[in-house]
Amino acid sequence: MSETAQLDRQAQAKAGAATRAKPAVNLPEHIVEVISDSGEGAQRCGQSLASIAARSGNGIWTVEIIPAEIQPPARSVAGASGIRIRIGSKEVTNGGDETDLAVAFNEQVLLGRVRAGELKPGATILLESIWREHRDPAIVKSYNDTLAALTKSGFRVVEMPLEKECRALMTDARRGKNMFVLGMLCSIYSFDLQLARDQVALTFGKKDRSVIETNVKLLEAGFAWGEANLDFKYAIPATKSNVAQVVTNGNTAIALGVLASGMDICAMYPITPATSASHYLSECFEKVGGMVHQAEDEIAACAFAIGASYAGRCAVTITSGPGYALKQEGIGLAVMAEIPLVVVNVQRGGPSTGQPTKVEQGDLLTSVYGSHGDAPKVVMAVSGIEDCFYSMITARKIAETFNMVVVVLSDASLATAQAPFPRPTFSEEWLAPPVDQSPIPEGAKPYDWDAVTGIARRFSPGQPGGMHTVTGLAHDRMSKVAYDPQTNEEGLRARSLKLAALQKTLKTPPVFGDPEGDLLVVGWGSTKGVIEESVERMRAEGLKVSALHLRFIQPLPSGIGEILRRFRKVIAVEGGWGDRLEDELIDADNRRYTALAMMLRSRYLVDVDCWSEARGQPIKPGNVVKALRAKLDEGK
Amino acid sequence: MATPLSQSIIKLHEERHDLEDYQSGVPRWCTGCGDNAILAAVQRLCRDENLAPEKTVFVSGIGCSSRFPHYMKTYGFHGIHGRAFPIAEGVKMARPDLNVFVNTGDGDCCSIGAAHWIHALRYNMNMTVILHDNHVYGLTKKQASPTSPVGLKSNTTPRGSVLEPLNPLTVTLGVANVSFVAQAVDWIPELMYEIVSKAFHHRGFSFIRVIQRCPEFLPKMFEPWLHDPSKTLLLTHDNGLQPSADLGRIYKNQRAHDPLDIHRAREIASSEDPIPVGILYQDPKVPCYEDLRGAGKPRTVEAVRKGLDAEFDKFTIWPDEQGQERAA
Ligand SMILES: Cc1ncc(C[n+]2csc(CCOP(=O)(O)OP(=O)(O)O)c2C)c(N)n1
Ligand code: SF4
Ligand SMILES: [Mg+2]
Repeated sequence: MSETAQLDRQAQAKAGAATRAKPAVNLPEHIVEVISDSGEGAQRCGQSLASIAARSGNGIWTVEIIPAEIQPPARSVAGASGIRIRIGSKEVTNGGDETDLAVAFNEQVLLGRVRAGELKPGATILLESIWREHRDPAIVKSYNDTLAALTKSGFRVVEMPLEKECRALMTDARRGKNMFVLGMLCSIYSFDLQLARDQVALTFGKKDRSVIETNVKLLEAGFAWGEANLDFKYAIPATKSNVAQVVTNGNTAIALGVLASGMDICAMYPITPATSASHYLSECFEKVGGMVHQAEDEIAACAFAIGASYAGRCAVTITSGPGYALKQEGIGLAVMAEIPLVVVNVQRGGPSTGQPTKVEQGDLLTSVYGSHGDAPKVVMAVSGIEDCFYSMITARKIAETFNMVVVVLSDASLATAQAPFPRPTFSEEWLAPPVDQSPIPEGAKPYDWDAVTGIARRFSPGQPGGMHTVTGLAHDRMSKVAYDPQTNEEGLRARSLKLAALQKTLKTPPVFGDPEGDLLVVGWGSTKGVIEESVERMRAEGLKVSALHLRFIQPLPSGIGEILRRFRKVIAVEGGWGDRLEDELIDADNRRYTALAMMLRSRYLVDVDCWSEARGQPIKPGNVVKALRAKLDEGK
Repeated sequence: MATPLSQSIIKLHEERHDLEDYQSGVPRWCTGCGDNAILAAVQRLCRDENLAPEKTVFVSGIGCSSRFPHYMKTYGFHGIHGRAFPIAEGVKMARPDLNVFVNTGDGDCCSIGAAHWIHALRYNMNMTVILHDNHVYGLTKKQASPTSPVGLKSNTTPRGSVLEPLNPLTVTLGVANVSFVAQAVDWIPELMYEIVSKAFHHRGFSFIRVIQRCPEFLPKMFEPWLHDPSKTLLLTHDNGLQPSADLGRIYKNQRAHDPLDIHRAREIASSEDPIPVGILYQDPKVPCYEDLRGAGKPRTVEAVRKGLDAEFDKFTIWPDEQGQERAA
């Protein structure tokens, strides 16, 4: 390219949207993904694109594509690292179906995605063309063969000289590709270039000016390249929200929720995919007088949180499956001694080390029934990013009101998914009151269980006259170790009654769609958006399908049984394993239902069927629709 | 002698406590169990230091020895097996104003809780820790413990234990940030009291290993030491113990040892016979984790509001220009 031509293009790019050569095709939504070897910045590119879209007023949902290893071999099918962004005209609540447009930094990571069936048939692919001229003939051949094969199978492949273009702007072109791609995508989706420049400045805000300038140059070059070289252009109409929105991922929202809940101490041990919540909390907690304690293991983290809760305000411990397993004995202690505790479990694929970076809803039953003996505790599941924030405040309140353990279930998909939600307005009521240090009236008992609710006032160290020893042993109202049958049942009853007392305060969850019909889909946790979108699609066809989403799973609010019974068929849709009747040995007598289906069947005596996927990927609405159709047709 | 007025005013306000103010219930330990002697020393310390019972917390794990908090009329936390340390750390972090004590057994501390023990030393939080080392699992009825001597016949080692015992003193003295290590024996109450008192006044993680008799399961274990005072080595120093003249007449095997000398401390610690009694090591300058982490800082509603708003600003998309300026 001649120097003048390049200057020209830059000028054009600076002029931004005004010089659009091609008319943009309007789309209601599009799914775009950027994939690269890890360390090439695809995620940063995608997150920036998502922010630009959100700032433009579009609905967004991001899904990170994370290889299990930190540094998988370069150019490998299993090493695909990147991000998928679903951009819509309206609010987006999940990652959606397959990708419409993919930008790939090499053909191998692209193959990984194609083989996994993640690209729509006929999808557009923008592929880095540097490999065409590689020294290694094997790489050249692989590139050419893949290109030919993809074109043959109907993909629209556009080659882009990514590295070559970037080399003109920076010495280590490999590190600049992501911002070039960001510019190109802004051109493709008709985003305002100035908005994109602002976003780059924000993204590199902590770095010095020259870094920002270089990246803005790359962005502009990418934008110009897109304008000049691509014969397609889209626009996804958007309406700007008139309220302030925050865009964060689920783990950040959890950390913000901890901050807002008035909890002081978070004890943790690093484990994917929970850790990033604690990373962020470590960053900001101390500014408001809190602290993150990285314990020597999860057992210690749980015990530390219990000790802190016992002596001060309710504490939180954040973990993921294997760490949750280690906390089980401590959770039993908190249940028995009635010490408030919030335990966050950001679920991942299991059992054992399983799929650390991938999503699975596998820990519901261990949360509800886990620990040992009869250990009633509250189990909530967050259903979206905003819910991650507010659930922490609710969890802390419940824990302290009922002196109970509250388990909050999130998962790997929500951990990294970004979506906007209205900026919360701080309320003093969110915070925990100061630790009660008032004297205990004479004759008051540390476990004076209320006859109806089972709740007892907690005595905290420092309160004169309240001295007693809490214990994990069976104890009487004075907290004295007691083995007699009557006292044992008295304690069990009180601890169990507290769940009922909480249950009486819970509202029946709303039905999404008509209150009765042919099929009800029940879900919990991160699948809310997918399920509701699937149900919406079917309702648009006139099918009588509705959905019910559960935020509280232990206790289950009143009124659910009635809802289930108003539908001809009920099916639970979950992201965990459930036996499939197609398997030769599986029948009604031995089928292991998915977790929620099992719980609903046993509680309501309703024939709740289940459909599930445990592929380590967020469930796609298209797959849910297929399953629901099959369920509707069953027996016809 | 007349008491100055200012002092009598203080006395009026300051409640003095008697031994009974710290005693709760009748200990259920076997007759002759060394835990009784530890309890007596600790109750005496509480009285002498006039500790506010409501500001004092005893944390324990599980075992005969971990019943300890139930016998104190203070706050107590009888936890789960092996986890007394992290529970106590949580208590101290949330409430650095409380006096925190830990009672743990040789199984509780050196076996199931060993990881926590190592890290508790490293955290060096201000608490007084008593390891009730009876060389056996008492509560579960006589199994070998990590401190059981080779050859000990127990229910899990009927032909005699085969492993070398772990030495809690040398272990503690090998951990980064160790700040106070002492050893006491349950049968010399005077020294036990002195040691517990020194430990209490040390700011940091004060670790006392008490050799504790379990007459129920190991009735003869420490007979030789009881009968022959020369098998006990008293560690004396201006900064350590100064045994009374009476005691000095019985326990003539004495050695001056400066608690600042960690190399000498390690050497002494490795001696099983004679048993060293006294302060092996003390470094008052090791920082406490709760101080490093700013525990006990007051937290105001305003601070949370401001902090939260500042965090939200980082992620906010404002609907209008004016908002964008606010975010900048
Ligand atoms: C998780 C767990 N494992 C095992 C036990 C059983 N248990 C209770 S006390 C104990 C050992 C006690 O020995 P030690 O700590 O030396 O205390 P001692 O009774 O000798 O004072 C064991 C194994 C338990 N309570 N919890
Ligand atoms: S069994 Fe041993 S340690 Fe336990 S109370 Fe009896 S004498 Fe003491
Ligand atoms: Mg023992």
